[in-house]
Formats: sequence, structure tokens, C-alpha cells
Amino acid sequence: MEKTTPMVEFKDIAKIYHNNTAVEKVNLKVNHGDFVCLIGTSGSGKTTTMRMINRMLEPTSGEVFLNGKNIKEFDPVKLRRKIGYVIQNIGLIPHMTIYENITLVPKLLKWPEEKKREQAKKLIRLVELPTDFLDRYPGELSGGQQQRIGVIRALAAEQDIILMDEPFGALDPITRESLQDLVKDLQEKLGKTVVFVTHDMDEALKLATKVVVMDHGNIIQQASPTELLNHPANDFVKKLIGEERLIQARADITTAQQIMLKDPVSITLGQPLKSAVSLMRKRRVDTLLVTDDDGYLKGYLDLADLNKYNRVTSVSDIMITRLFKIYTDTLIRNSAERILKQGLRYVPVIDHQGKLCGIVTRSSLVDMVYDIIWGGSEAEKDESADSTQGGEVQ
Amino acid sequence: MIAFLNQYGWQLLQKTWEQLYISAISLFLGMVVAVPLGIFLTRTPRTAKIVIGIAGMLQTIPSLALLALMIPILGIGKVPSIVALFIYSLLPILRNTYLGMESVDPVLKDSAKGMGMTSFQSITQVEVPLAIPVIMAGIRLSAVYVISWATLAAFIGGGGLGDFIFDGLNLFQPDLIIGGTIPVTIMAVLADYLLGLLEKKLTPLQQDSRDSEEADK
Ligand SMILES: Nc1ncnc2c1ncn2[C@@H]1O[C@H](COP(=O)(O)OP(=O)(O)O)[C@@H](O)[C@H]1O
Ligand SMILES: [Mg+2]
Repeated sequence: MEKTTPMVEFKDIAKIYHNNTAVEKVNLKVNHGDFVCLIGTSGSGKTTTMRMINRMLEPTSGEVFLNGKNIKEFDPVKLRRKIGYVIQNIGLIPHMTIYENITLVPKLLKWPEEKKREQAKKLIRLVELPTDFLDRYPGELSGGQQQRIGVIRALAAEQDIILMDEPFGALDPITRESLQDLVKDLQEKLGKTVVFVTHDMDEALKLATKVVVMDHGNIIQQASPTELLNHPANDFVKKLIGEERLIQARADITTAQQIMLKDPVSITLGQPLKSAVSLMRKRRVDTLLVTDDDGYLKGYLDLADLNKYNRVTSVSDIMITRLFKIYTDTLIRNSAERILKQGLRYVPVIDHQGKLCGIVTRSSLVDMVYDIIWGGSEAEKDESADSTQGGEVQ
Repeated sequence: MIAFLNQYGWQLLQKTWEQLYISAISLFLGMVVAVPLGIFLTRTPRTAKIVIGIAGMLQTIPSLALLALMIPILGIGKVPSIVALFIYSLLPILRNTYLGMESVDPVLKDSAKGMGMTSFQSITQVEVPLAIPVIMAGIRLSAVYVISWATLAAFIGGGGLGDFIFDGLNLFQPDLIIGGTIPVTIMAVLADYLLGLLEKKLTPLQQDSRDSEEADK
């Protein structure tokens, strides 16, 4: 992956039609194994940019390099046979069988018949379609099946780089998702480099290793999906990402420390059981965290157990030492689901030395989830706090 | 009828043959010129307008006038007849070839080019096969025109069944007129039918024939 020469490099690329600027100035590197998504509003120059890679369009100025070689030095026809190409409307040739469609480029490259046949079979299995589809015509397949063929057709001649222009735009959401999974999977498994045009942010965030945001023929930001979500370059990018996803992204980087309550009710090991009971009664809780004298978390007490063991005298005798805890820097994203699903009312938060720092309650998690789903309106926050008992732990 | 055939049978056959080959040669020349030209024009849209405009103008010249115009240039006989009919056959074939090629989904052309087909490969493997029905419709139309207008060749000494019809007109013999007309009509209908078969054969499948048979059962 760490090759020094990028697979594709744009240097000061511009494309101007008469007095209409489609691409103003694009500098972009696509590394080997990258999944680059070009995203932007309609007319921002994504397609134009992409089509300059396989010389379907020639730039007005600037240079494009493929593996360090200026693409002007390639014969355009030969260049295109090395680059996979998938378009929105699928573009399977209707009077050619699926087999003929898949092996179209291998045929142009004059592969022998058996090699073509083998390749077609291998590829059609890869996308989980039956091999007898090879003898059918595109019109006999569903849209989703056709685009699967469209995808493998772009891989058939073992192209290292594949260009896709809104390939799944016309498909229903379920089919689209399964094709996204397929493409991502193939790209990772086969180590392909992909340049993918889309206007669907979910799609870009899901697929890309690098998202390239375009507007009016310029690149506004290029970043990994995480970076983009956490540090959108400007309001345009923010708007394109959408409020909802930004809140969600915030949840993704929130740590336990940020939402924990700082003074949990706890008791030390040596205390008599009597004081534990009175503390529980006073604070109206049914469990109690236990620490040693230096504040290291050791376990917890459960009210139910206290009743059973009224002969024992010390907290340490009946405390339960096995408990689910998280660290201060644990990402909430990674533990929220477990906490919510297991019905835990709170989890203790410790630092890496094991000292008790606080607790994350179910209600604070619920608040966050509400935020994500409904954009954090105040009314809902209040309701959620009322409807849970987690807050009463202390 | 029998008497008519006894008297003119041999001549009728000869004239039918003449009519047939004048028409066939004209149509063949028309196809050879108009199909490639039509295809070529799709690559130069600006020239296309001009050329199709000119062909359209030629089409509006009354057929007798066009034949008459041939006399000072090429004299009389079969050659000027064939040239005139050839000019007539051009437009329908040219226009349909152009339209047929243009009607191929641009997405497919883009896809073919983007995958690395040369312009020639795209034309022969993608565009022409898809445009066949429209191109063939043009050829069938031309065939019918040419066969019926070939009758007028007699007017400039080109021979054919027109000889019967003109004789009939001159001599007030309706049986000659009818005897000349019926073979023309039959020939035109037959040509259209045969070209229709050819069209079916040339048009590539877009569906598995086994499936459609099964569906028929
Ligand atoms: N052949 C063309 N002639 C003139 N303008 C064009 C042509 N192709 C694209 N454009 C213009 O260039 C801009 C960018 O187009 P495009 O790259 O297709 O945008 P996107 O794919 O991001 O929607 C648009 O404003 C479009 O109208
Ligand atoms: Mg586009």
C-alpha cells in the first residue's frame, strides 16, 4: 500500500467549456488501494474530474499521471482497457449475453477463449450469481443483478483501478446497500483502487478511505471519513454532511470521562455492613460501589445480598468483585450498546490505574441516544431523564 | 388471362427480370452508399444536417423530372435509370441509418468507449446491431419506392415493366397496363417481406430464445 508513486495524480487540472468552468483547479492524489469518493452537489465537477482519468475527457490545462506516467503518453484506447469503468445506467450491452458483456474487455485484449470462460465463471461466483446466468441477456436480469454484472465487468481484465460514476444511484435502498457491501468487499479483498463519484454522503462515508468534497469545480476538503466528520473544513462541508451525522459523529468521539457523574456513592472495604446499609437507605440506592482506602475500585454490594448475609460484619466479606467497568477514555460508542442492552443501570468508570473516577448512568446514555435520533431537543431530554431510574443510583 | 400469357408470357418474364435487376442494382448501390454515409454522419453532426438536407431536396424532385434530367447527362438507357433510382433510394436509407445510429442509448456508446472499444468496434459491435431495425426499415421503404419507380425507367429507355404499361397507355390496351402493374406490386410486396425476414435474422437477440419458447407453452 505504501508505494511512493500514487496510482493517479492530478496536477492543476482544469476543464473549461467555452466560458463554463466545469473544473477550476484540482490537485489530487489517489494512492494504491485507496477508495476515493468524489462528493458534491450536482454540477460540482465530479464526473468531469473522473472522466479525465481514462481520457474520456481531455483537461484544458494541467496533467494527469497514472503510476507516475503522464496519461497523454498512453494510447487512449489502450489506457481505457486498463481502467475499469462503471456508470450509473449500468451500460450492459443489451444484445450481448452476460458472458459476452463480462468478457468484453478481455475479448478486446484477445484473451484465449478458455481464459475468458474461466474468468467469467470466477467473477460471477464472486458476486453470488448462478453461472447459468452467463447465457442470459441483460434484459432478463433485475436492476441489482445487472449492476453486479456491471461491477465485475469492470474487473474482468484485471484492471487495478476502477472508475465508478454514481453506479448505484438508480437502485432501491436495499439493493444499493448490498452492492455497496459487495464493492467494498471486492475492493479490499482484491486490493483494487477505486475512484467513486456519488452525491450520497452515507455512501461516501461508508465506502471511502478518502472523501473528496467538491464544489464549483474545486476541491473543498479531502479527508478520511472520520476526519471529515470531526473536522469539517467549512460550513459548506458541514451542510453537505448534515446536522444529524455531525451529532452522531460527536457521539462517536465522546469518551466516558465526558459524560460521567463525578462523585459516585461508594464505601470502603473495611467498613462495617451496618454503615453500608444506612448509606444505601440514605441515598436510596440498591447497589454500592466498593473501593479500598486509596480509592481503587474493588467490587460492589447488592442490597439483596445484604439481607441474606446479616451475620457477616464487613463489606469485604460479601462484595461482588466481578463487575463491568469502563475506562475514562473508553469511547461511549463502543460500550453504549452493551450497557443499554444488558439493562445495567450504570457502569463504574476507572482510570488506567484502577481508581474509581465516576459512573456513567443509563440515563445519561439515553440522553445521548435521544440526541442522536432527534437532534437533542430539550423537551425530549427532560422526558428521558424522568423515565429512567438510573439517576437514582447515587 | 391464358391468352395474354401465351401472347406476352416470355416478354413479361423478360421485363420483370429487367425491372428486378434495375431495382436491385439501384437499391444495392443506395445501401452501399447511404448506410456507411449515415453512420459516418453520426460522427460529424454539423455535416449531417447539410447532407441530409441535400438528400431531402433531391427527394422532392418529381421522379419524371429527375429521369428527364438524366438524359442530357447520361443519355438514355439502363444506366441513367439506375442512377436516378439510386438517388431516390438514398434518402430513406440515409435518414434511417442516421436516426437509428443516433437512437442508440448514449449510455451504451459511452460505456463501449469507456471500456476501450475503438470507434470502429463500437460501431460494428454495439451501435449497428442496435440500429438494425431502424436501418432495415429505411431499406424496406427504399426497396418499395425503387421497385415502383423503376416502372418509369421505360420513359428513358431503361426497359422493365414500364414498357408494358406505357404501351398499354399508348395503345389503349388495359390488359397490358394490368399485366405490367401486377408483377410490380407483387415484386414490391415480396421484396418487403423478404427484407423483413432478413431484418429478423440480422437483429441480434436480446432475450434467450429458449426462455421465450418456454413462455409460449
Ligand atoms: N460537455 C459539456 N459542455 C458544457 N458544460 C459542461 C459539459 N459537461 C459538463 N458541463 C458542466 O460542467 C459542470 C460540471 O459537470 P459534471 O462534472 O457533470 O458535474 P457533477 O458530475 O459533479 O454533477 C456542470 O456545470 C456542467 O453543466
Ligand atoms: Mg455527475
